[in-house]
Amino acid sequence: MASVSAAAGSAYASDASASAQAIPQYDDDVVRAGLIATIFWGVVGFLMGNVIASQLAFPVMNLGLEWTSFGRLRPVHTSAVIFAFGGNAMIAASFYIVQRTCRTNLFLGSLGAWCVFWGYQLFIVLAALGYVLGITSGKEYAEPEWFVDLWLTIVWVLYLVVFAGTLVKRREEHIYVANWFILSFIITVAMLHLGNNVQVPVSWTGWKSYTVPGGVQDAMIQWWYGHNAVGFFLTAAFLGMMYYFIPKAAGRPVYSYRLSIVHFWSLVFLYIWAGPHHLHYTSLPDWAQTLGMTFSVMLWMPSWGGMINGLMTLSGAWDKLRTDASLRFSVTAVAFYGMSTFEGPMMSIKAVNALSHYTDWTVGHVHSGAMGWVGFITFGMLYWMVPQLWKREGLWSQRLVAWHFWIATLGIVLYITSMWVSGIMQGLMWRAYDEYGFLQYSFGETVDAMHPFYVIRLLGGLFYLAGAVIMAVNLWKTITSTAPARSSAAVATA
Amino acid sequence: MSFSHAILEKNVVLLAVCTLITVAIGGLVQIVPLFTIEQTIERVEGVRPYSPLELAGRNIYVREGCYNCHSQQIRPFRDEIERYGHYSLAAESMYDHPFQWGSKRSGPDLARVGGKYSDDWHVAHMIDPRAVVPESIMPAYAFMATRPLDYSDIQAHLKTLKLIGVPYTDEMIANAKADLEAQKDPEGDTAGLTARYPKAVVSNFGGTPGKVTELDAMVAYLQMLGTLVDFRNVKPEQLRQ
Repeated sequence: MASVSAAAGSAYASDASASAQAIPQYDDDVVRAGLIATIFWGVVGFLMGNVIASQLAFPVMNLGLEWTSFGRLRPVHTSAVIFAFGGNAMIAASFYIVQRTCRTNLFLGSLGAWCVFWGYQLFIVLAALGYVLGITSGKEYAEPEWFVDLWLTIVWVLYLVVFAGTLVKRREEHIYVANWFILSFIITVAMLHLGNNVQVPVSWTGWKSYTVPGGVQDAMIQWWYGHNAVGFFLTAAFLGMMYYFIPKAAGRPVYSYRLSIVHFWSLVFLYIWAGPHHLHYTSLPDWAQTLGMTFSVMLWMPSWGGMINGLMTLSGAWDKLRTDASLRFSVTAVAFYGMSTFEGPMMSIKAVNALSHYTDWTVGHVHSGAMGWVGFITFGMLYWMVPQLWKREGLWSQRLVAWHFWIATLGIVLYITSMWVSGIMQGLMWRAYDEYGFLQYSFGETVDAMHPFYVIRLLGGLFYLAGAVIMAVNLWKTITSTAPARSSAAVATA
Repeated sequence: MSFSHAILEKNVVLLAVCTLITVAIGGLVQIVPLFTIEQTIERVEGVRPYSPLELAGRNIYVREGCYNCHSQQIRPFRDEIERYGHYSLAAESMYDHPFQWGSKRSGPDLARVGGKYSDDWHVAHMIDPRAVVPESIMPAYAFMATRPLDYSDIQAHLKTLKLIGVPYTDEMIANAKADLEAQKDPEGDTAGLTARYPKAVVSNFGGTPGKVTELDAMVAYLQMLGTLVDFRNVKPEQLRQ
C-alpha cells in the first residue's frame, strides 16, 4: 500500500515538510480558547450528570424548585456534554487539524474563527438557560427553541464556510482522511438540525413554537436526527480526531488507507438509516422498524473498521502506551468505541430491544460511548495539545495523568456495570408473572429495586468527575507553572 | 474501472456533494413514505384535537421535560397491555406537536393514564409524589397548584396548530378562552365545550375553585390521555398499517 505515506500518512508528513518550506502563521488563539472551553464545559457537564444521577437515587435532590427538577436539568446535562464539551472539542480539534493537514491558516482568518467560537458559546448559554427556565421544544437532544435554533444555524453555516474554505485553499494535494470525517460531520449535522427543527412560533416575540410534523412522522424525524447526532456529532467527528492524533502521538502512519476509504463511505451511508431502532415495537410502521434494525446491524462492520484502523496504527509503537499519557487515553477510547459499537447493533435487534428499551441498559450503553469513547479521545487530545499549543516542555504532572486515567476508567466500569444490572433487572421485572398468571411486580417495586444501582452509578459518575477536575488542575498548572519549551524542534512539531 | 478515490480527495466541492448525497438517502427513504402512505395512520374514530385546557396542560408537560422519564407509547407485549392497556396507535398521537412517546421509563408509561386515578390522587401526587407512592423518585411540582395558568394567548396557540394541520375550526378558535374556563367549572354551561371536544372531562381538577391554575391544566391533560379511542368498536383491519 504505497499510497499510505502519500495521503493517509500526511498527518505527520506535512509537518515534516513544513519546516522545509515557509511555515504559515497558524490561527491558534481560537484553538487555545476552544481547549479551555472544552475543559470548562466538560467539568460543568459531568457535574450536571452527577446532580441528576443523585436526583434519581435521592429525589430530595430535586430541591422542590421548578428550576432544579430532573426534567429541566437532564437536557442541561446532555446538551452540556454533547454540544458544549463535545462541540468545543471538535471546534478546537477541527481548526487545529485542518490548518496542519492543509498547511495553511484558516479561511477568513482568525476573525471568522472567533465568530464561530463566541457564537457557539452564546448558543450553549442560551440553550442551557432556556432549559432551566422551561424554554424547550420537548424533543430529546434537540431541545433548544426556534430562536436558538436559528442562531445555531447561522453559526454552523459560518463554521462550514471557515472549515471548507480552509480545505479549498490548502497547500497539500490531497484532503487528509481526518478532514473527510470532520466535513461529513459539519454537513450532516446541518442537514439534521434543519430537518428536525421545522417549527412555527406561536408569536414572533414569544419563545413557544410547535413542530410542524406531528405524531409518528415527528417521531421518525426526531430519531433520524437523534441517532445521527450520535452518529455524526459523537462518532464521525471524533473519528476525525482519532485519525489525526493517534498517528501523531504514535509517530506511525494510519494503518490502512484503503480501509479508511471503505469504512468512511460505508459509515456515513449506513448510519443515517439506524434511527428507527429507537422506535421498535412502537406505532412506527413495521417496514421502517425492520429497515432500522437491518442497517443498525450492518453498521457494526464500518464501526469496527474504524476501530481496527485506529488500533493497528499502533503496530510497532505499543510500548508508547507505557510512557505516553495521551496515547493511553486515545487507545482506551478506541477500545470503548469498539465495545459500544458492538453493543449498539446488538441492542437494535428487536428481540433484545424488547427487553432493553425504556430501561437503564440504554443509559449505560450511551455512557460507555460518551464517557469511554468521546471523553477519553478528547482527554487524550487535551494532554497532547496543551503542551504543544502553550509551548511547554511537557505536562506538569505525569502522575496526575495516571490518576486521572485510572479513576476515570474505574468510574466508567462502575457506571456501565450498574446500568447493565439495573436495566436488565427492571426489564425482567416488568415482564415477570407470578404462579397465578398475574404481573408479579408493581411499577413502584421495580423503582425501589433500582435504588442501590443508582447509588453505584452516582459513585461512578463522581469518580469520572474527579478525574476531570484532576485533569483541569494538571493542565492549568502546565500552562502556568511549567518551563517553556527550550528547543524550537518541540515547537515545530506542534 | 478507472475510478480513483483520489478525485474526491482533491476536490472539496465534489467530496462535500458526494457526502451530502450519501447521508441524505437513508432519511429520504425512511421519512418521505410516512407522509405519503395513507395507512401509516390507523383508521380509527374518536381522536380529536386537544381542548384548550388540555393543550395548556400538555404544554406544561413539555415545559417540565416529563418525557425524560415517562413514555407515552405502549408496546404490543402481553405484560405492557396488562399493565397499561391496549398498545398505542399512531392515530392517537396524530395531533401531537411535538410527539411525546419518550425513550425511558424511570416512571411508568402514561399513554393511557387518563381515568385510572381520581383528580384528587393526581393533585396529591403532583404536590408530593411520595405522599401517595412511597417508592416514587419523581420531583414534586407543588408550585403548579398555586400558580395561575397563563392562557392569555390560547387563541394564538390554536391558530398556530391549525396552520400546521390540526383541524381546529374557526368556532373552536373563537371560543378557545371560554372553553378553557368552562372545562374547569362543573357548575357552568359546558354544552358548547363537549360538543366541540367530545369526551372532554369537566372537573374542578386542581381543587381551587374560581381560578385556573397550572395544576388544573396538567391534571386535565393527564385525565384525557389514551381515552379518546373506544377500542370496543375497533375492528382489526382498521389497525393495519
